[in-house]
Amino acid sequence: MSRISIEQVKHVAHLARLAITEEEAEMFTKQLDAIITFAEQLNELDTENVPPTSHVLDMKNVMREDIPTPGLPREEVLKNAPDHQDGQFRVPAILE
Amino acid sequence: MALFDHKISELRSLLHKREISVSDLVDESFKRIAEVEDKVQAFLTLDEENARRKAKELDEKLATEKEFGLLFGMPIGIKDNIVTKGLRTTCASKILYNFDPIYDATVMQRLHEADAITIGKLNMDEFAMGSSTENSGFQITRNPWDLERVPGGSSGGSAAAVAAGEVPFALGSDTGGSIRQPAAFCGVVGLKPTYGRVSRFGLVAFASSLDQIGPITRTVEDNAYLLQVIAGLDPMDSTSANVEVPDYISALTGDIKGLKIAVPKEYLGEGVSEEVRQSVLDALKVLEKLGATWEEVSLPHSKYALATYYLLASSEASANLARFDGVRYGYRTENAENLIDMYKKTRSEGFGNEVKRRIMLGTFALSSGYYDAYYKKAQKVRTLIKQDFEKVFEKYDVIIGPTTPTPAFKIGEKTSDPLTMYANDILTIPVNLAGVPGISIPCGFVNGLPVGLQIIGKHFDESTIYRVAHAFEQATDYHKQKPAL
Repeated sequence: MSRISIEQVKHVAHLARLAITEEEAEMFTKQLDAIITFAEQLNELDTENVPPTSHVLDMKNVMREDIPTPGLPREEVLKNAPDHQDGQFRVPAILE
Repeated sequence: MALFDHKISELRSLLHKREISVSDLVDESFKRIAEVEDKVQAFLTLDEENARRKAKELDEKLATEKEFGLLFGMPIGIKDNIVTKGLRTTCASKILYNFDPIYDATVMQRLHEADAITIGKLNMDEFAMGSSTENSGFQITRNPWDLERVPGGSSGGSAAAVAAGEVPFALGSDTGGSIRQPAAFCGVVGLKPTYGRVSRFGLVAFASSLDQIGPITRTVEDNAYLLQVIAGLDPMDSTSANVEVPDYISALTGDIKGLKIAVPKEYLGEGVSEEVRQSVLDALKVLEKLGATWEEVSLPHSKYALATYYLLASSEASANLARFDGVRYGYRTENAENLIDMYKKTRSEGFGNEVKRRIMLGTFALSSGYYDAYYKKAQKVRTLIKQDFEKVFEKYDVIIGPTTPTPAFKIGEKTSDPLTMYANDILTIPVNLAGVPGISIPCGFVNGLPVGLQIIGKHFDESTIYRVAHAFEQATDYHKQKPAL
């Protein structure tokens, strides 16, 4: 049984904001299915009482003084933008 | 003898005695690049004008001042996922083809303070996703030992440039083996430091809980010099550790008497080629002669590391790479109907297939209904893998095995099946999952191709790794071999 269907792959691509062709959807379905099937070997392990690790070092809530500092200069920040206007990033229409 | 056959310590002394100038060092880099770069293709961007100007400045300093930075006048290459102010940084991705960073990564600031000179930016797998540098959006880098073969990846440009003598040292980054595996394939020294040892500020994030920047060099001593400069707490990276940075160079005593080595049976078993296995066993004999002892141990969850890694790294990547949306920097599609359409077209045209595959795998593993089954499960197995290492380190000083199952493979040999390519990293990935440090050093040749020995240490114990690696290096001459380019 396949672990992921072509419809799911298309849905995931949409969530990830990727446009994929029908051909690509087929290729990714096959490849992701193989990878997910491979990943399911983890189910051989009983992890009921094992805590998850999200960070390997014993560190928690790293705090610092909240001291205001100047941000990056606006011209600099806009320098790499594909499009900008009046000191703002410019994007295509959001509302139809 | 080429200038870059000297170690940093020797070059420093030649500079002090005025036998060479900083400009000589920079000249040597660009001369060698002119000779071999069309074959190796390690660099994405060169910074010749600035490098020569900085060399002149330092030469003036050399004439007047007495105190020099630890890397005074040393030419260095930088992997192209480390941001360099004013010097194009692409992550080898079309989506960042024109990105001109407006600040320096912390490691770059530290290199500047130590008076190192940036020569250029080095090729890699796109966003560090890959094991052969074939996933670069721009060019294929070739292994200096055999131009038909890959240099490894993802820091393939860094390892190839050092092996080819284009730069004496480079920085790479390692998420699942991306420093150690190319170092092994190219016959150089590559260290992945402990997670948190080196600031990740300005390293374009792939998998934030695994990524580390580290040095790639010709010798262990040079590697220690570089780590000395880049290691330490950084207020800009809350995951950098508040742990004192020891003197790594003074750890290179050559004395490993009484050292206890663990050799995991899983690292010499199935999938590891007979020749690589033999090279590692021979290396262990060398270490025994130097006074160390070794025993076989087990890291029982090793076989689950690969699956764990691909779930966790891809999940983190899917979140980290959401920022590439064509709004603030980089590529933007030309024909978008609306905002969502712009995001989708920009990302589809900008990212290569491996990056898309991992973003989708990660998005799937994190999506509602699958999170517990895949992402959380992998995080739990990560705990088991980490505990494997902790148990072994209760009794042993270091863990030793091969860096890779085989020497460098041919270009195109593994590109059709992602899982075959991923299997290359079975011996390096567990180290990232556990957050411990690991080094790859040359330990032999198979049919003219270098083999890497991996030495793994306890958290923040890079000193012991260096001591062992250095002792081995002093007793052998693999690091002195150079490719015939």
